[in-house]
Amino acid sequence: MSKANIQELKAKAKELRTDIIDTTVWAGSGHYGGSLSSADILTALYFHFLKVDPDNPDWEDRDRFILSKGHCALGYIPCLSLKGFFPKEGLKNFNHFMSPFGMHPDSLKVKGCDVSTGSLGHGLPIGLGMAIGAKILKKDYKTVVLLGDGECNEGSNYEAMMAAAHYKADNLLAIVDRNGFMIDGRTEDVMSLEPFADKWKAFGWNVIECDGHDMEKLCDALEQAWEHKGEPTVVIAKTIKGKGVSFLEDTVVSHYGAFDSEQAAKAKQDIANS
Amino acid sequence: MAEKIVTGTSWNMYDANTMSAKEIYGRVLKKLAEDNDKIVGVTADLEKSTNIGIFGKAFPDRMINVGIAEQNLFGVAAGLAKVGLIPFASTFAVFAALRAAEQVRTDICYQNLPVKIIATHGGVSFGQAGSTHHCTEDVAIMRSFPNMTVIIPADGAETGRAVEAALNIPGPVYIRVGRGFEPPYHKDNDFNFEVGKGEIIREGTDITIITCGIGVVQSAFASDELKRQDGLSVRVINMHTIKPIDKDIIISAVKETRRIVTIEEHNVIGGLGDAVAAVIAESGKGCSFKKIGLQDEFATVGYPEDLYSHYKLDTSGIVDSVREVMGMEFEADEDWNDEV
Repeated sequence: MSKANIQELKAKAKELRTDIIDTTVWAGSGHYGGSLSSADILTALYFHFLKVDPDNPDWEDRDRFILSKGHCALGYIPCLSLKGFFPKEGLKNFNHFMSPFGMHPDSLKVKGCDVSTGSLGHGLPIGLGMAIGAKILKKDYKTVVLLGDGECNEGSNYEAMMAAAHYKADNLLAIVDRNGFMIDGRTEDVMSLEPFADKWKAFGWNVIECDGHDMEKLCDALEQAWEHKGEPTVVIAKTIKGKGVSFLEDTVVSHYGAFDSEQAAKAKQDIANS
Repeated sequence: MAEKIVTGTSWNMYDANTMSAKEIYGRVLKKLAEDNDKIVGVTADLEKSTNIGIFGKAFPDRMINVGIAEQNLFGVAAGLAKVGLIPFASTFAVFAALRAAEQVRTDICYQNLPVKIIATHGGVSFGQAGSTHHCTEDVAIMRSFPNMTVIIPADGAETGRAVEAALNIPGPVYIRVGRGFEPPYHKDNDFNFEVGKGEIIREGTDITIITCGIGVVQSAFASDELKRQDGLSVRVINMHTIKPIDKDIIISAVKETRRIVTIEEHNVIGGLGDAVAAVIAESGKGCSFKKIGLQDEFATVGYPEDLYSHYKLDTSGIVDSVREVMGMEFEADEDWNDEV
């Protein structure tokens, strides 16, 4: 794998965050906190790691990606647009009547989207099926699943974690956007996840922890994860909810909301200055 | 003992009469998989109980057992289908339709994936296990999911045909069978089976029984008994496909017999009876009508044959129900043409 161009990726992430703000305005509202916390991860994946082709979205040998935290389509769909799957212009219709783009991604309508998601705890089992399928079909593509940390309360994840280790699904990579928040508050107040890394280890996973906003460290972690053999890997990326927008960062209210024009301008200014 | 041989579409009487629906399922799946390397099997610790293990033994690399984890079972099945495989997923009906209902709806039906769910132990076929293992709600649930085809075969021979047919349906399919101790209706494999088309197995002009699954053979016996004892001409329709329902065969029955009884191993809410009732209501035509099944209750414990008798799903219960509907006043005016 070629070396990641960190400066380029940082610039792309900035562009993605700006698109997230625009899309929030067009959509009327959205899950901006978790979308902003995922922005560096999405950028690293789509602009360095994932083998995908916007001109051939159904390419058989492409790497697969599942946004298990489907409510963050507000980050994912602008990312697919930035990658070239469809023009940014289309995002102006986000959430509106008959739009292909809703709050949660629909794989039958969104070019480049592999799996429809939205209900939490569904992505890892589906990803495991795709990973086992790759082995049956003797394909060497990767399946990457991006989970939220609050989502890891769902029991179905643990069913899939157990089975992924059992089937030695080393072509499956989970990434947890560990922003520390869920709707009702901090994850450790609502439902403790810690010791979180130990849970994955106990289930037989290779665990890598990293800073989810330091592009260099994030890319290093993903590279290690990509090369790991014999067991599935999870990258627990420590992130900040609302990252890049000063008045949203590390707040519970950043989970979901809307911007007035002044806030949108301030948000974009913050991103430009970051 | 001679080896029992199922050769896919060619059957013999021995197979039809001695093998359970799920055993024939396992054998047909194995046969289909010999010619189609996209077929994979998925189960949740029920390889043996559902007989998908017959396929699994022949194709261990294409058999995935996720342990006792039904949410994962159907998520994994969706993922396998997403990458171009054709998963046959088997567990007990109650776990497919209830435990993993959201995975079936959201992961499989919403994405219109070709996952074939072969659910065993449907209805009260595992009667002695009690309500935790009965499943008398699955038809109501499964037929409410867009894209889903719902089939309840009459017996093993029909299960074999349904499994073969499911492979050629592009979307998801739910096939519900029993536990394996149900008497067969078909004597051989020489019958028509078309998904979405009911089959008249007894002609009749006085009343029509519409049924599926275990009700088929019992209704056929009931029709014969009623002819012998009461001189009644009782039509019987094997409605193996609940969704899409065969509207034409229902409307014809309303028009030609003006009395309908539905027999189903299911709650009378949301199942075959309601599917038939909706077709009748929307047709603007009327008839005497009764739904026989679980009358919105959890079934008691007992061996299946005792439960079928208690809930009027056996021959004598069906005979009673038909007599009751024959005695119901529907209308004085027999002129079909004056209705809307």
